[in-house]
Amino acid sequence: MNFFWRMGLLLAGMLAVVIGLSVITGISWLDLSWVMPDNVVSTFGPTLDNLWLVILWITGIIFVVTEITLLVFMVKYRHKEDRKADYIHGSNKAEVVWTTITFVIVMALAFYTKGIWDEIRDPNLIPADAYPIHMMAKQFEWNATYAGADGQFGTADDFLSLNVLHIPVDRPVVVQLEAEDVIHSFFLPEFRVKQDAVPGMSTPVWFEATRTGEFTLACAELCGLGHYTMGGTVIVHSQADFQDWLAQQQAAAEDD
Amino acid sequence: MSTTTAMETHTGTAEHHELSFIRKYIFSTDHKMIAKQFLFGGLMFLALGGALAVMIRWQLGFPGRPLPMPLRILFPDTMAPGGIILPEFYNSLVTMHATFMVFFALMPLMAGVFGNLLIPLQIGAEDMAFPRINMASFWIMPVAGFIMLASFFVEGGAAGAGWTSYAPLSTSGEWTGVYMGQILWLVSLIILGFSSILGALNYVSTVINMRAPGMTWFRIPLATWSIFITAWLLLLAIPILTGGLLLLLFDQTIGTAFFRPEGSGEPLLWQHIFWFFGHPEVYILIVPAMGFVSEVIACRSRKPIFGYHSMVVAMVSIGFLGWVVWGHHMFQSGMNPLLGMTFVVTTVVIAVPSAIKTFNWMGTLWRGNIHFDTPLLHAVAFVALFIIGGLSGIFMASAPVDIYIHDTYFIVAHLHYVLVGGSLFGIFAGITFWYPKMFGRMMNEGLGKVHFALSFLFYNMAFFPMHNLGVQGMMRRIYDPNQYEFLQGLQPLNTFISISIFCFAATQILFAFNFLWSLRAGKVAGNNPWKSNTLLWTTPSPPPHGNFPEMPTVYRGPYEYSHPDREEDYWPQDEPPATTGSGGETVTTPTPELVPGG
Amino acid sequence: MSDRFELRGVVAPTLMLLVMAGCGGGDGGGASSGGGGGAAMENPVNAATAGNIAGSIMFEGDAPSMDVIDMSSETVCADKHASPQMIQEVVVNSNGALANVFVYVKEGLESLQFPTPAAALLDQNGCVYLPHVLGVMVGQDITIRNSDGLLHNINASPTINRGFNSSQPVSMETTRSFRAAEVMVPLRCDVHGWMTSYIGVLDHPFHSVSSGSGAFSLSTLPPGEYVIEAWHERYGTQTQTVTVTTGETAEVNFTFSASMAQNAVVPLGAPVELHAIAEAS
Repeated sequence: MNFFWRMGLLLAGMLAVVIGLSVITGISWLDLSWVMPDNVVSTFGPTLDNLWLVILWITGIIFVVTEITLLVFMVKYRHKEDRKADYIHGSNKAEVVWTTITFVIVMALAFYTKGIWDEIRDPNLIPADAYPIHMMAKQFEWNATYAGADGQFGTADDFLSLNVLHIPVDRPVVVQLEAEDVIHSFFLPEFRVKQDAVPGMSTPVWFEATRTGEFTLACAELCGLGHYTMGGTVIVHSQADFQDWLAQQQAAAEDD
Repeated sequence: MSTTTAMETHTGTAEHHELSFIRKYIFSTDHKMIAKQFLFGGLMFLALGGALAVMIRWQLGFPGRPLPMPLRILFPDTMAPGGIILPEFYNSLVTMHATFMVFFALMPLMAGVFGNLLIPLQIGAEDMAFPRINMASFWIMPVAGFIMLASFFVEGGAAGAGWTSYAPLSTSGEWTGVYMGQILWLVSLIILGFSSILGALNYVSTVINMRAPGMTWFRIPLATWSIFITAWLLLLAIPILTGGLLLLLFDQTIGTAFFRPEGSGEPLLWQHIFWFFGHPEVYILIVPAMGFVSEVIACRSRKPIFGYHSMVVAMVSIGFLGWVVWGHHMFQSGMNPLLGMTFVVTTVVIAVPSAIKTFNWMGTLWRGNIHFDTPLLHAVAFVALFIIGGLSGIFMASAPVDIYIHDTYFIVAHLHYVLVGGSLFGIFAGITFWYPKMFGRMMNEGLGKVHFALSFLFYNMAFFPMHNLGVQGMMRRIYDPNQYEFLQGLQPLNTFISISIFCFAATQILFAFNFLWSLRAGKVAGNNPWKSNTLLWTTPSPPPHGNFPEMPTVYRGPYEYSHPDREEDYWPQDEPPATTGSGGETVTTPTPELVPGG
Repeated sequence: MSDRFELRGVVAPTLMLLVMAGCGGGDGGGASSGGGGGAAMENPVNAATAGNIAGSIMFEGDAPSMDVIDMSSETVCADKHASPQMIQEVVVNSNGALANVFVYVKEGLESLQFPTPAAALLDQNGCVYLPHVLGVMVGQDITIRNSDGLLHNINASPTINRGFNSSQPVSMETTRSFRAAEVMVPLRCDVHGWMTSYIGVLDHPFHSVSSGSGAFSLSTLPPGEYVIEAWHERYGTQTQTVTVTTGETAEVNFTFSASMAQNAVVPLGAPVELHAIAEAS
């Protein structure tokens, strides 16, 4: 059997294995996505998803071109009795060209990134009117503290919400993250938010919801045996509903 | 600056006192025997690490299902009652899988085996500069390995805070349920570090001082170069790890508070120390493989390596740049955000030398005369998979994108593409290529190709979809992702991956069988079955004690393949000049003394 | 090759021995499944001459109100309760009786050895520990049961004994025991932060936990003089001396009040100092 027949057979066999196992496990490869889930609900979301897409295109093209080239070389330059390899030690010109191109692409990427990073992380750029919430992470729960009617934390009218974070829509929120025991990580997948909560530190993380609904709060840093159950909910209210909820909690807290 | 005379101790003498069994096979100072000891030890730990991975994937593929018999009876109730893996045991599994793979499999197999085997033989030395220190560097490994294995059997079980052992989680059983196990983990790694340091000392000293006449710096084969650079990384990085481990040990045992916030310690300090070691460490884990791949691709394409000097410069650059990128592991850690951009820039820059190497490997294959033997297949697979691993790294290099994918399976996919797709396939290339020299016999080609094809298939089936898992948000080190509604749809993919891993693991039995069977029944290898140029292949297979009966002299670089004026398509480094070319003309190369600068 | 290398055969084995010696406990002794129920030892107490101690624990003044447990994030447990559950730190009934006080013989039994009783049960049901306070003997099996079918973990932080921190992801039972006497070993569940429990470990079986009506009883004691201690997790300890006579039940009562709150048990297992006034943290 000649080379191409053998390779063809090999590839067919491999494909059969992949398809067979996919059928057995019930995967639909068409459903698998290379971009983040559609359900994005924060102002950061589109920006970050866009950056992801840019990188995906660049790396995707490089991936396809290099792997196909590799494959072509393997086939085209495979050993043949009557052929000898070319006695080439390299090409300085080629080295300069591909080094420069690579360097330019990666540096462009780095600088494109800068503005986005600052906007999300720079403490000086956190909106001044962001609604503050204190979040204390501990094994294995999230304790959100709200300032209550007086707007001050550490006063008698503060109230707690266990594992559920209530926030208003279309308004920046700044979560002051702390941890009681070990490092946890505050992960809101639909918001594209993640920040480690470190014991002994208080780290601000801000975001703005663009849609009402219920979303996921997850822990994204190994924190012990219950790490996998350290989930919670983010409930985004309309601004009016949020004020109602606050008032309700206030009243309940005062009753205690 | 380079010295071209080797140390004169045994050279040329046939002096050969018969060594006892223990001196020859157990406590040997011969670098080739030490290489074999690292090989057997490393492969055994590789198998253990793989077994732990299989258990991890059992839980993820079939969550909460009891382990099948006979595995079920192996584990006591403190680990897997009724065969159901407990969450704390799962955390130990992920921790110990990575620990054994990184420290007891990859490092010994890379630096321990090939550093020892290749350096003296490729540079024309009779042994390492410090043979007894070399022996010590091996024997530290079983001691450390014993302690690490023992940690499974103490109360509370083995370490469970991740191989990164972040504080404060790792500082107390209060948080993990692991008490003595965490301490043993630290002690084992503190001890093991000395193995790397002693080995690295030897590699550096030997390459600098013991090269044969004519073996100038830029005639050194790339495999030796890669290990030389790796040795410098080891010498500088391991002490940092050891220091950090000691501080953590003190926090755990004598009440200090370097990292414990209760005592005003700083958890982030641990991360800085660990990753300042950890990032050079990952280059330690891949640069040697890059060296092996260069050797194999050049030899089996019958073509000079494309851009030899660039390859050396690229590896040195990777070595230097590797020190200033550690913060990219800490983008989301709460460290000063200003540092974010600093590390973004340095991280994307380190992509450049890796890209150069990839282009050069492809340039070597271009217009070559490629023989598809097992070593070449593994080497090309390295290139193909390293491309994927490197490109996925670009995503994380961008700090804002990393916000989403940090601590998800996207990272797991990336690290396994570089460490398995890269390092492991590189190790397979190295083993299949240099096995004949070590053991005097060829490994079985047919079985080798089957092992390659199945490994490549199942490996990609398992790890490529992990990128998708990460993109969908699945976190790392998660005992049961179904606890989160947004991850429940990913279970079929997790099961697919798990089954692929089981098949990948089973395929390695073919390699083990090939390895062991060929020791006795493989085709007898001559001196130079691959028709390679390096000094290593001028010796008998296996080489005798002392390697070279006469000190070799080097006349040219290691990649003179397919010279147009020669009938043979290779030109050994030690073949004297003034040989008659195929056209009857005299082909000369300058003798070493005439080469300026050394 | 040098023949001076004498130590070669000695170094590696010596290192291994040192390592093994340094490791200490190589297996799961201590707080793992150990001790058995019902040892073959005979009960040294002669029932014909034995006496009893009984009494009540009262709380003086207004009992502090306890917070309601928010179980909304664990619906499986919330559904098991008809009414909202309260934190069980201070449980006082309408007659002023204080529950969950651990009463035990502190002095007077030194010379006697008692057989180990059958296993005691600590149940996790509806995301609460039942009972909230438990007494066991050294070496006695404690069966920790998960009746909820969801992840609980049992994080024990004793000071004298070896602790453990292990999980039960499904309905299952785990057996533990403690090797040394300790009053009291705190337990908590890290998955459900409101779940706490205390276990008193003694080298004799004369312990009792006051019920909802405040009643406790220690029965079949040899006649003699005893020091009895009552322990409460917020109000600390009190002792009284009592004499037991054959066939009689000696009555002992304790009263706790809010002002004793400064004697609270420091969580995470620091030893309770008798008669000392510990700062409530």
